[in-house]
Amino acid sequence: MLHLRFAFATLLLTGPVALAAAQPAQPTQQDEFVPISQLPPQEQLPAAPLLVGAYVFVVVTLFVYVLSVARRVTTVQREVDSLAAEIKGRKKG
Amino acid sequence: MPKWFAPVALACGAMFAASPFLIANAPYESTMGLVQKIFYYHMPSAWMFLLAAIVCGIASGRFLGSGDPRHDRTAQAAAELTVLFGLLTLVTGPLWARRAWGTWWVWDPRVTSSLVGWMISCAYLILRKYGGPGSERLAAGVAIFGMANVPFIYISVNYWRTIHPSTSVVPTLPVSMGVPLWFCVTAFLMLFILLMAMRVRLEESRGQLDALHLALEE
Amino acid sequence: MSTQSFWATVRQIVRKDLTVEVRSREVAYTTLFFAVSCLLVFAFALVREGRAPEGAGEGILWATLTFAGTLALGRTFERERQAETLRALLLAPVPRTAIYVGKLVGIVGLLVAVQVVLVPLVTLFFGAPLLRHPLWLAGILVTGTLGFAAVGTLFAAMLVRARSRDVLLPVLLYPVIVPVLIAGVRGTSALVEPTFDVAIARFWLTLLLAFDTVFVTLALWTFEPLMTD
Repeated sequence: MLHLRFAFATLLLTGPVALAAAQPAQPTQQDEFVPISQLPPQEQLPAAPLLVGAYVFVVVTLFVYVLSVARRVTTVQREVDSLAAEIKGRKKG
Repeated sequence: MPKWFAPVALACGAMFAASPFLIANAPYESTMGLVQKIFYYHMPSAWMFLLAAIVCGIASGRFLGSGDPRHDRTAQAAAELTVLFGLLTLVTGPLWARRAWGTWWVWDPRVTSSLVGWMISCAYLILRKYGGPGSERLAAGVAIFGMANVPFIYISVNYWRTIHPSTSVVPTLPVSMGVPLWFCVTAFLMLFILLMAMRVRLEESRGQLDALHLALEE
Repeated sequence: MSTQSFWATVRQIVRKDLTVEVRSREVAYTTLFFAVSCLLVFAFALVREGRAPEGAGEGILWATLTFAGTLALGRTFERERQAETLRALLLAPVPRTAIYVGKLVGIVGLLVAVQVVLVPLVTLFFGAPLLRHPLWLAGILVTGTLGFAAVGTLFAAMLVRARSRDVLLPVLLYPVIVPVLIAGVRGTSALVEPTFDVAIARFWLTLLLAFDTVFVTLALWTFEPLMTD
């Protein structure tokens, strides 16, 4: 019963938020966005290193993660196999 | 590992290898030039980040409801992937932004919400690692709170600045840009599924190990 | 469980905590003093040439409340943990969620008491005319505190038996209460503006109310499964 009451109250009160969000108060947009062509030349970095850097970062990170998971899987699998063998040995003995 | 793993892994690897060529051949974007091409990896990373977060939230809910450890394993795997893809998104973004917007970091809604969401998933992993016994359920609670928080984070951050291109940019993409994008998205999605499978497998093995240790003590 | 015994349990828990606290006043005094020390840290960090930066007052107020609140949360449950009373409470034939609500009421009360002291001090030290619209301020402070405490009480209760619980509480809590912080600071700023824009203040207040409703409900739903261990 309590659950239903609270759920109902939630719905009641999120209504106003939806309404409020639909009519936003004046969003204070501050302009930090300066189109790149308007920046002085010193501020403009060459694009290629950034591009290459981004792709290299993605590939290297993914590679490292895959390796880490693969390594953990094989380590644990080895332990599981050795323990299973030991248990089997004990049962026979 | 399941039967589909190897062929999917091969296909995924091939797609990633092919992607630079597709991306290089895509047309230049008018205002940003070369650096915009980061988009082809940045966008799929962001989508996988979101997907992983949703999977984690749902799995956590199911785990708390049913207590089935399989859901807990899925949640843990998904949380790691959230952190991974979130990291990729949060690094490739600023690299692109520095050139395109002239600044490394902005506090606009999408970026800030992503950062906060990413920190919640890091907090999840920290809790699981250092919280001691019983932290699986606590972490599940945190994941659910995190997911419930997403609309609030977004709305509250929204009334700051907005520099990020609006979400509607994807449907308006010309086909020549759309093709490499969806190609990369597919590659990333396959990678996501592969990583989830591997990671859940790791958790299952760990569970097996614990069970075996217990059996040994009897 | 009938609502009667639910609220009766809540009252009992609040009364118990209040009685213990009134005798020693430990949590109240130490939290208060910590909050004022925090203000001092911010003062030396931010004041230049005798004046605080424009609009710093609101931010400092909410930051200090966050830090002081985190400490208070940790220590309220610490007492339960040390005296092993939490287990007794959980075993008692009372609705578990009433325990959560009882603790929540206690924390909110404590933090509101701290705010009564902090707000005039922030006004004094940082030149922010916070008391221009006292009713609105009270509304924003109470709803914000409730949001913070709703999540904080649940997390603190969850972590009672966990390792590294002191640092884990802020690690888990802060990202989740980001909307409360944003709404609190922005809402308070709207009040100190020379021209008071009611629409903005109302927006943030509504957002806080929605947050409170959703997260108190969520906490009530998850308190049982999370505390059964």
